[in-house]
Amino acid sequence: MTITDQRPGYRYVGTRPVRHDGLDKVVGKARYAADLVLPGMLYGHILRSPHAHARIVAIDTAAAEAMPGVRAVITGADFPELPADDPERNTTRNLMARDKVLYEGHAIAAVAATSQRAAKAAAKAIAVTYEVLPHTLDIREAMAPGAPLLHDDVFTTGLDSEPSEPSNVANRTCYERGDIEQGFADAAVVVEGEFVTKAVHQGYIEPHACVADTGQDGKTVIWCSSQGHFRVRSQTAAMLGWDTARIKVIPAEIGGGFGGKTTIYLEPLAVALSARAGRPVKLVMSREEVFRATGPTPGSVIRLKLGAADDGKITAAKAWMAYESGAFPGPWAMLGCMCVISPYNVENFLIEGYEVVVNKPVNVAYRAPSAPMAAFAADTLVDEIARRLDMDPIELRLLNCPSAGDQAPYGPKWPRIGLRECLEAVRDSDHYRSEPAPGHGRGVASGFWFNIGEASSATVNLNENGTATVVTGSPDIGGSRASMALMAAEELGIDVYDIQPVVGDTEVVGFTDVTEGSRATFATGMAVVEACRDLKRQLCGRAAVMWDCDSDEVAWSDGQATHRAGEHEPLALAAITAEAGRTGGPLGATASLNARGAGPAFSVQVTDVSVDEETGRVTVERYTTAQDAGTAIHPDYVEGQMQGGVAQGIGWALNEEYIHDADGVMENPGFLDYRIPVASDLPMIETIIVEVPNPNHPYGVRGVGEVGIVPPIPALANAVYDATGARIRELPLSPPRVLAAITARNGDGG
Amino acid sequence: MSRTHVRCRINGDDAEFLCDAGDALLDALRDEMGLMGAKEGCGTGDCGACSILMDGRLQCSCLVFAPEAEGSSIVTVEGIADGDRLHPLQQCFLEGAALQCGVCTPGFLVAAKALLDRNPDPTETEVRYALAGNLCRCTGYDKIVRSVLAAAAVMQQGKEEAAR
Ligand code: FES
Ligand code: FES
Repeated sequence: MTITDQRPGYRYVGTRPVRHDGLDKVVGKARYAADLVLPGMLYGHILRSPHAHARIVAIDTAAAEAMPGVRAVITGADFPELPADDPERNTTRNLMARDKVLYEGHAIAAVAATSQRAAKAAAKAIAVTYEVLPHTLDIREAMAPGAPLLHDDVFTTGLDSEPSEPSNVANRTCYERGDIEQGFADAAVVVEGEFVTKAVHQGYIEPHACVADTGQDGKTVIWCSSQGHFRVRSQTAAMLGWDTARIKVIPAEIGGGFGGKTTIYLEPLAVALSARAGRPVKLVMSREEVFRATGPTPGSVIRLKLGAADDGKITAAKAWMAYESGAFPGPWAMLGCMCVISPYNVENFLIEGYEVVVNKPVNVAYRAPSAPMAAFAADTLVDEIARRLDMDPIELRLLNCPSAGDQAPYGPKWPRIGLRECLEAVRDSDHYRSEPAPGHGRGVASGFWFNIGEASSATVNLNENGTATVVTGSPDIGGSRASMALMAAEELGIDVYDIQPVVGDTEVVGFTDVTEGSRATFATGMAVVEACRDLKRQLCGRAAVMWDCDSDEVAWSDGQATHRAGEHEPLALAAITAEAGRTGGPLGATASLNARGAGPAFSVQVTDVSVDEETGRVTVERYTTAQDAGTAIHPDYVEGQMQGGVAQGIGWALNEEYIHDADGVMENPGFLDYRIPVASDLPMIETIIVEVPNPNHPYGVRGVGEVGIVPPIPALANAVYDATGARIRELPLSPPRVLAAITARNGDGG
Repeated sequence: MSRTHVRCRINGDDAEFLCDAGDALLDALRDEMGLMGAKEGCGTGDCGACSILMDGRLQCSCLVFAPEAEGSSIVTVEGIADGDRLHPLQQCFLEGAALQCGVCTPGFLVAAKALLDRNPDPTETEVRYALAGNLCRCTGYDKIVRSVLAAAAVMQQGKEEAAR
């Protein structure tokens, strides 16, 4: 179902053509990075730390180098150390450990050999002497005085006074407005709680993979699976100390990323091995390596207090939010602070965030990073307020809903946003209007994500026969090529199948930032539209040549050049391209831009669950999600993003967590024990696309990729409460935890 | 160590390859036969991306030793279509937008074919349980399940028309 403000009469935008790259994917022809084989190719293997925290005393590679089939061995010493203020310094120290290993799975050395087996055996033969250090995995423990220190050069920033001692707390963020004392004094209801979540993995099905082929000219070609091949190029160059001009990156099809493929792990290693061996090198991670060395998204501890007047108006909020960073600091706590109360207008608040390093893999973005944990706290407490005041949870949210012109907690004024429309869409849905089945509990939650713009480029070339090739620099992680083709078809007025959308390598298309922040259809789409508009001007000029008139006399409409005064029969695009050689040569246009005004995204969701009181198992019985897409260019893939985000949120809420033993070793690095949802765990996920066009995009697009993962955790926790009367503030809501909460409730006489 | 010579049928053609005793059939298919359709998502039987049919039975090819393929008849995603004519499952996956990144798709198509071969008219619940060995992280399964049900309907209709 789609609820639209008002949509102009588009011919292609909003339709659901079969995607251009679909056929290759259903016949097994699509080429992912691990599918590439080059003549003479070697296989790489990475040696990883078995310890969560240790000093590297010595690495001896001699035995490995002498083994049959081994062609190259590298260690951290083969990569330049970057200066302390270099933004990629931590990337290089994560890529290969230097003096210390900071988590179990941290890369120590890598080998290239003539077979997978030989590479593995050689990696095993590398002798590393460690001095094991005490480790810390838990936020609260890592923040406490006397905790094992990961870095002696990390001093907390953002404090009132300069600290004299290094700390695991990398920074403090603070957002403050109004008078919270007064806000709480004005409250009729005050609710508060501490919420705890564990690290979870993005869980893309395709492990990281790449092939690098370094030639004798000192140049290298990399084929890889990434969300942004331009970033792979710049990061690889920084890691190697190379000029970017020596590196060409060709994007392979990507088997899922969700934020986890926005940084590099393998590429510089493959390039260095290939440079040393003089042959192409393939590196593919095992699933275990994916869990131990990539991702995850932070675990968190959040203390939140909300006050509300007796009419339901939220009067004050106080938040203390600590996020794990993994081995090196990130922006996670800051992002959490910016999101936590954003779906609500609150005049008085104090939000503090702490970024805490722990001995786990370096955290990476995961779909609306940091927002789901924040929403868990906020939307659970909002549910408590609604119950205390005996208000409908959607009416309570509508009462506190921000709209255009209100100031967001993190500073700017909200532009036109669609939160209210999403709330109303859920309120009016079949799902919400029907009673939950007997014994089922119902939960509602909302979620916010910024969305971003950034740099994008597109080149559109018209072919002699009137078809077009659209080349962009955005890897297609979920159907974006089809969206590019739809926007180009709409602009040029030619059939969507007469357009060939292509993801170009770093040498054929202009710089384009990573596919993240739900930006591809928004920002890269804007570049496509701009290039097409340039082409339309050129086409009018060519028609003028053909008609021997002034180009002002020509207008472009509906896929053809028309003479304003009607002195000539309209010329279709193909008629102009056929004559292009005679009227000035090939027709092509390029646009590169920095997109601004991405348009914030909101989602509101409702779910019904049943809870088995004997086992504590939660079953999701029904799920509906409403989300503001601005304009859905290809509704199938908008729905797909909404459903995929919800499914990931359900997994996070109910099952997923990193589990470590006492030595800091991950105990569940595989899909058997790190259980993501399967088809039989889920119901159909009903979608309501709300369209409140983004005024900053030619078609009104807002990013749709991320916000869907934000509401599921609180929606499910609220539904479990509704079903059982047990409030659970720690994830996952796995059977043992739910059962314990039910038992405790019974013990309370509840 | 001498390598084992394996003869079998793959997607209707006679095939032979060399492998080591401990090699996974998945690696033999990909590295020896160049059939890159089956993917390795885990290598431990937990994701289904490597699904194939062996003598009509659904298998994770990462868990089958390559020498076990001797004498068997194997179908991979590359062998599902009838020449240029897509299998209804492939067509319905395309039309139903049942894939996003597409890396799980070969496994789902093979697993869904195994289901429809034995149960041409499954319920939604039967589809969900039959596909529970295949992980998809992109779609939330909604469009996959709908597409399998749609393909079952198309195939039933095809049979009825052929009978008429
Ligand atoms: S690769 Fe065989 S089940 Fe995952
Ligand atoms: S479509 Fe990406 S894993 Fe299924």
